[in-house]
Amino acid sequence: MPEAVLKIFRGTREGGKTAEYRVPVAPGMVVLDALHHVQKHDAPDLAVRWNCKAGKCGSCSAEVNGRPRLTCKTRMDSLPQDQAITILPMKAFPVIKDLVTDVSWNYRVNRKIPPFTPRPGAEWKFSQADIDRVQEFRKCIECFLCQNVCHVVRDHGKQEEFGGPRFFVRVAGLEMHPLDGLSRTKLLKDELGIGLCNITKCCTEVCPEGIRITDNAIIPLKERVVDDFYDPVLRLVRKIRGVGKAT
Amino acid sequence: MNGKYETHEHDVLIIGAGGAGLRAAIEALAQGARVAVVCKSLLGKAHTVMAEGGIAASMANVDQADNWKVHFRDTMRGGKLLNNWRMAQIHAQEASERVRELEQWGALFDRTEDGRILQRAFGGHSFKRLCHVGDRTGLEMIRTLQDRGVQMGFDVFMECAITRLLKDGDRIAGAFGYWRENGRFVVFKAKSVVLATGGIGKAWPITSNSWEYTGDGMALAYEAGADLMDMEFVQFHPTGMVWPPGVQGILVTEAVRGEGGTLRNRSGERFMERYDPKRMELSTRDVVARAIYTEVKEGRGTEHGGAFLDISHKPAEYVKRKLPSMYHQFLELADVDITKGPMEVGPTCHYMMGGVKVEAETAAASVAGLFAAGEAAAGLHGSNRLGGNSLSDLLVFGRIAGLAAAEHAKKTSMPSADSGQLEAAEREMLAPFERKDGESPYAVHSDLQDTMQKLVGIFRTEEDLRSAMIEIAKLKERSQRIAVSGSRMFNPGWHLSRDLQAMLTVSEAVTRSALARRESRGAHSRIDYPNLDPGWGKQNNLISIRGGAMELRQTAVLEMPEELKLLVVEEKGAA
Repeated sequence: MPEAVLKIFRGTREGGKTAEYRVPVAPGMVVLDALHHVQKHDAPDLAVRWNCKAGKCGSCSAEVNGRPRLTCKTRMDSLPQDQAITILPMKAFPVIKDLVTDVSWNYRVNRKIPPFTPRPGAEWKFSQADIDRVQEFRKCIECFLCQNVCHVVRDHGKQEEFGGPRFFVRVAGLEMHPLDGLSRTKLLKDELGIGLCNITKCCTEVCPEGIRITDNAIIPLKERVVDDFYDPVLRLVRKIRGVGKAT
Repeated sequence: MNGKYETHEHDVLIIGAGGAGLRAAIEALAQGARVAVVCKSLLGKAHTVMAEGGIAASMANVDQADNWKVHFRDTMRGGKLLNNWRMAQIHAQEASERVRELEQWGALFDRTEDGRILQRAFGGHSFKRLCHVGDRTGLEMIRTLQDRGVQMGFDVFMECAITRLLKDGDRIAGAFGYWRENGRFVVFKAKSVVLATGGIGKAWPITSNSWEYTGDGMALAYEAGADLMDMEFVQFHPTGMVWPPGVQGILVTEAVRGEGGTLRNRSGERFMERYDPKRMELSTRDVVARAIYTEVKEGRGTEHGGAFLDISHKPAEYVKRKLPSMYHQFLELADVDITKGPMEVGPTCHYMMGGVKVEAETAAASVAGLFAAGEAAAGLHGSNRLGGNSLSDLLVFGRIAGLAAAEHAKKTSMPSADSGQLEAAEREMLAPFERKDGESPYAVHSDLQDTMQKLVGIFRTEEDLRSAMIEIAKLKERSQRIAVSGSRMFNPGWHLSRDLQAMLTVSEAVTRSALARRESRGAHSRIDYPNLDPGWGKQNNLISIRGGAMELRQTAVLEMPEELKLLVVEEKGAA
């Protein structure tokens, strides 16, 4: 059986460095299998988050050869065989230990978002075509890879004034629900800082669920914010007609 | 309790944050209780997230003849009448309301032409009954419940593992655990505790279950003196991936068959004709799993020891729309395009019908203040669960458990556990660090998995089960000599050393119960007793701790009222 060399980050908040491990490579093996092999045979205290090992839970995110990935969906045979495979924790989040990072910021952002609020008297009937775009957003498995690669978070550290792509996707799912009656544009503008996103599409590129985050969620939400806060004509029309979502 | 440990106090403590735990939390909050949810992983990652096919509820959106009575009958027949009939009745009656509620909290199910929730066919269900979102129904459900619960304001303790339940005399007083991040111990004082910890698949090597599925709740309940029931009934899902080796066991949803997928052996024969000509691929899971196993064993399996499951006769766009995650899973992990060719599939350990014995109306266990719901509890599914009845179980009995736990808390003063219990729990957790030159927990776990796969699998015999009892006894001894290295910070080896204790307890309970039941019923197939035995049809096996040792006894299956008996036997309305 061929062998791979893994260079895995070992350390804590205080610091650390990569350590090398050799792992036999079986057909169809994924990087998470290799990490489990290391735990079982060499380093039983190697910290790795994982749950389903089937690309459904979004727990096992890491940076494999510099690319943020789900390790359960990264095949060993998709990586160059002639060099060591480097596996580092997600860079945008503080390390707890080894490949496990502190992602609690995401849970704090999520709490700011007002829940689905059905319009009064809503009839619970709508067609598939009305929800196709929302179902795309609801495929999100919260792997936080999009948060990890977003330069507003990763390079500029603007966590306190920014929500990040994951939560724009979540807000889009609420805003575009056919029966939702609440507007979250003020939240997007003021608390989630959607204006900081300059649509480089890094988030879309890494999404393991293939959600078109930038095109389908962020840009339409930016447009709504513009309509609500920066378009005086539309504001006036809405005011006269009294239409639009409650804010 | 003393001041040595970080301590939290709540009315209701919920262990586990899958569908049952979250639904219990929402209901307990609605009753005004102070609620804590403790989970081993991050919130939203529990096993419910992996559920694919759908939620069974007789909403009759697609097949108008459906109603709770047919759902009840299907569930009882699927479980070979060993079910707690009252649980099956409540479940069938309330499932539709629980699904509508999810929709009102923001879940978006696939739609019918006229704009209602779409329902699909599944094994053992007489009508199209499974409300679904493509093949990611569990994700939709957990995200909806999670957001609802967070909004309502439960306290969440993520990546926190419970290792002991605490007692005040005969009643529950809370739980003892540790933070995975830093290894520090933590005490939860509570008037009521709800176990929503799921199943035990990790005691087998080929399983669809995640690392969390180590039987924790069942072992915690057992150690606290509660009864476990029906532990011999372990469901092997007929269709797990078999190739390549790394993905062995990953679930292939029953929805593939629900959407028209066919099963064939290596010579192209549609073999289900020989096992269940009436229901074919949509027979119950126990029957289909045994059929595939038998085909392989008798030399008619595929190259990698499975059967072919084929949906490629359907239009490619339809397959990608209704089974998107199956499409990607096979393409990315096995280099198979399921719109063009068949998948290779074989049985994988999937679900535990047995668990904590509970009361149908309250989800109460046999220890005061202790409740259990979902896969951790026994009774609803009898000897075999129908697909789709798990997600509805989580909603229906999660709610009931949360309600009863909150009501219990209202009537009770805050209990208190003596410090001796806490210190014993701490000593037990620290012992593996103090041993030098002990065994690795990973080695003992591997050997347990091999034992269970080889000796306590789909087909069982007296001889194998007796060998398994001997092996498990040896493994228990070895588990007392486990040594753990490294620090207490996020240490998976240390964590496994505790999970292993739970897996060993539950594995012994499964094996003892399987040995006792000298018949074949549902998921329990004895080669030496291949038929249903009317006597055993009237008995449930119970497991409990007596004087520090595991004791097995029987209890009579609850007698159904006459009108329900008639429902179960009459043929009217069956598909």
